[in-house]
Amino acid sequence: MTSFKSWLLAVALGVWAAPALANLNVFATVPEWGALVEELGGDKVKVYTATNALQDPHHVEAKPSLIARARGADLVVATGAELEIGWLPLVTQQAGNPKVQAGKPGYFEAASFVTILDKPARLDRAEGDVHAAGDPHIQTDPRNIARVAGALSARLAELDPGNAAFYQTRYKAFADRWNAAIARWEKEAAPLRGVAILVQHKAFTYLIAWLGMKEVASLEPKPGVEPTIAHLSEVLETVQRQPVKMVIRAAYQSDRASQWIAERAKINVVVLPFTVGGDDAAKDLFGLFDDTVQRLLKGAQ
Amino acid sequence: MAKPSLLPRALSVALALLLSPPLYAASDAEVAEIREQIRQIRESYEARLQALEQRLKDAEAARVKEATAAPAAAAAPLAAAAPISSPASGIAAFNPAISAVLQGRYANLSQDPEKFSIAGFAPGGDIGPGRRGFSLSESELAISANVDHLFAGNLIVSLTPENTVSVEEAYGVYTAAPYGLVPKFGRFFSGLGYMNEQHQHAWDFIDAPLAYQAFLGGQYGNDGLQVKWVAPIDQFLEFGAEVGNGDSFPGSARNKNGVGSGVVYAHTGGDIGASHSLRVGISYLQTRARDRDYSQLDRAGNDAQVGFNGTSHVAIADFIWKYAPNGNAQNTNFKLQGEYFWRRESGDFTYDVDGALGLTNTSAYTSRQTGWYLQGVYQFMPYWRAGVRYDRLDPGHVNYGANAAYLESPAFHPERYTLMVDYTPSEFSRVRLQWGQSKTQAGVTDNQLFLQYILTLGAHGAHKF
Repeated sequence: MTSFKSWLLAVALGVWAAPALANLNVFATVPEWGALVEELGGDKVKVYTATNALQDPHHVEAKPSLIARARGADLVVATGAELEIGWLPLVTQQAGNPKVQAGKPGYFEAASFVTILDKPARLDRAEGDVHAAGDPHIQTDPRNIARVAGALSARLAELDPGNAAFYQTRYKAFADRWNAAIARWEKEAAPLRGVAILVQHKAFTYLIAWLGMKEVASLEPKPGVEPTIAHLSEVLETVQRQPVKMVIRAAYQSDRASQWIAERAKINVVVLPFTVGGDDAAKDLFGLFDDTVQRLLKGAQ
Repeated sequence: MAKPSLLPRALSVALALLLSPPLYAASDAEVAEIREQIRQIRESYEARLQALEQRLKDAEAARVKEATAAPAAAAAPLAAAAPISSPASGIAAFNPAISAVLQGRYANLSQDPEKFSIAGFAPGGDIGPGRRGFSLSESELAISANVDHLFAGNLIVSLTPENTVSVEEAYGVYTAAPYGLVPKFGRFFSGLGYMNEQHQHAWDFIDAPLAYQAFLGGQYGNDGLQVKWVAPIDQFLEFGAEVGNGDSFPGSARNKNGVGSGVVYAHTGGDIGASHSLRVGISYLQTRARDRDYSQLDRAGNDAQVGFNGTSHVAIADFIWKYAPNGNAQNTNFKLQGEYFWRRESGDFTYDVDGALGLTNTSAYTSRQTGWYLQGVYQFMPYWRAGVRYDRLDPGHVNYGANAAYLESPAFHPERYTLMVDYTPSEFSRVRLQWGQSKTQAGVTDNQLFLQYILTLGAHGAHKF
């Protein structure tokens, strides 16, 4: 009975105390936006990140924990472009939080602030797990992060006008550091220009476009369809005609297909962190690209 | 063109000459005053102009600074507020999300499905293993969209293999409710238990657990109103309440005003580390039945007509636990779910037999019965899952009152073992093989083999937990 009473008390306190904590409760769907909100909001925001780097953000369920966090959120920061289509609408609907429904200021979609690549010319599921809006993995190009940062900072200021100057200052500082870092990464990554590579899943379009690499083939026969031996053999033939330096995959993907091709084609496997937390070095957004560039350079040797 | 403009100009000059004080009459003092005024105006304007020029310079400098600081985001300060992607346009842009589910199966049943019954439990709703051989299962058509700034709507129509159409769900959701309330109204599957809200094509086995069949007639749907509320705390805590017309089994249509049935439930759950997710819940349903008639064998072996009038209380405890390494369910994952049902019914029970006895007798009746199932589904490699399920019902205590002279209290415990393997090459298709051994009547074993396909086309479905 006492434990039930203390539980009731905890619930009552929780209900009463929840709105009084940090200025903005932010629900980020993926680690890169969680990290960006922390860069821009500092101690004025409390960030909850719905997925980790080892999860495929497309294949997530509307778990109880996500519904509970969306209930108290002032701002949902999503990638959009249908990345979270399977679960985020359900989470925000079930949470019953009118602030974060699509179209409200409390709902932010990063993909609407960048130029989306790979919009499918033919919208047909026979082509695999295609996204009607284009490739949603925009975070692999740091210039996209810069674009999103500007819009996100403005959104934080809109939702929390009392701290608008604080967000503006932090954004300026972040933008300066970030642009300096982009210049550094571009310089470091100069040898990667024109390097031919394989990808396991078509998830690096923006990274490849940024660094001027050349995607020769994908190990997946169609986006989102697991590699088959038949398709891998075709890729192997292609690689023998058109040599590549490496095959890249995200940390959350199975290693079997890339190992298979790497052994036969005598190329390197490069596991990229893909997002913040994807490996030990990718502790924040800067670490993410420091590590990505280093790993690619190593793979290209 | 020049001529008409001359007229107003001439007029204004004339007016000025008439109205302005004659300059020649002005004294030196007046001239000095006018000069002073002009000087003051000029100074004030110059100051304002300078201020404006400075602001312009500052703004330009800031723009240049930001532009150079963010070469990638050339139009960053402007783009900050305006999304790049243009919205969809045209009439079709307002079309709702439409999806269809196509299902079919092959069933090999060792017992005649026409004679299916669950011994000791009143039949109702849509129960049993379905027909033998090849057949379509229900095809589903779902349409959903936001209605306006206040409502969202959802329609799910089921087309049965017998070429009939039934409205499975047709509800509106009020999306602008305060305090985090989510009101839903219309026809919908009740939020009680765990599986009840899921549509049949989302189940992990082709058929409903025996407990769902015995206590809720397969699945409990209702026409009425539902309100759900999630507590604004980090721990998931959800409450729901529903009122309905009470037409569905274990209740029945009673041609009356007011509320026919009520449901309340509470769910809680969350994550344990990155790999485990859990939800547990308790639910309670109260409804009433009138003339819930069916046939039952009496002690003498006659096929008697029996009928129940009274109140039905159903309570359910449910849990679902899902495991995926690091929360990544892509390669392997496991889920374990179970639900426990209690049902208490009390009222009148009518026994009616036309045979040799030719008598009708009504007496007080109470029953307390329970049932449960436990199932586990393991994805052992991408696309492939295997599952096992065990069902068991306890006939409990059935008190026929004076009718005990004609009817025997049930003692048989129905049970069922089920195994399944399914292949899910994408989110939109699934093929399943299921084998079951069902013992729902004493001494009768039904060996069941099913082959099933489920195809989903159209709008992307929701990943429900």
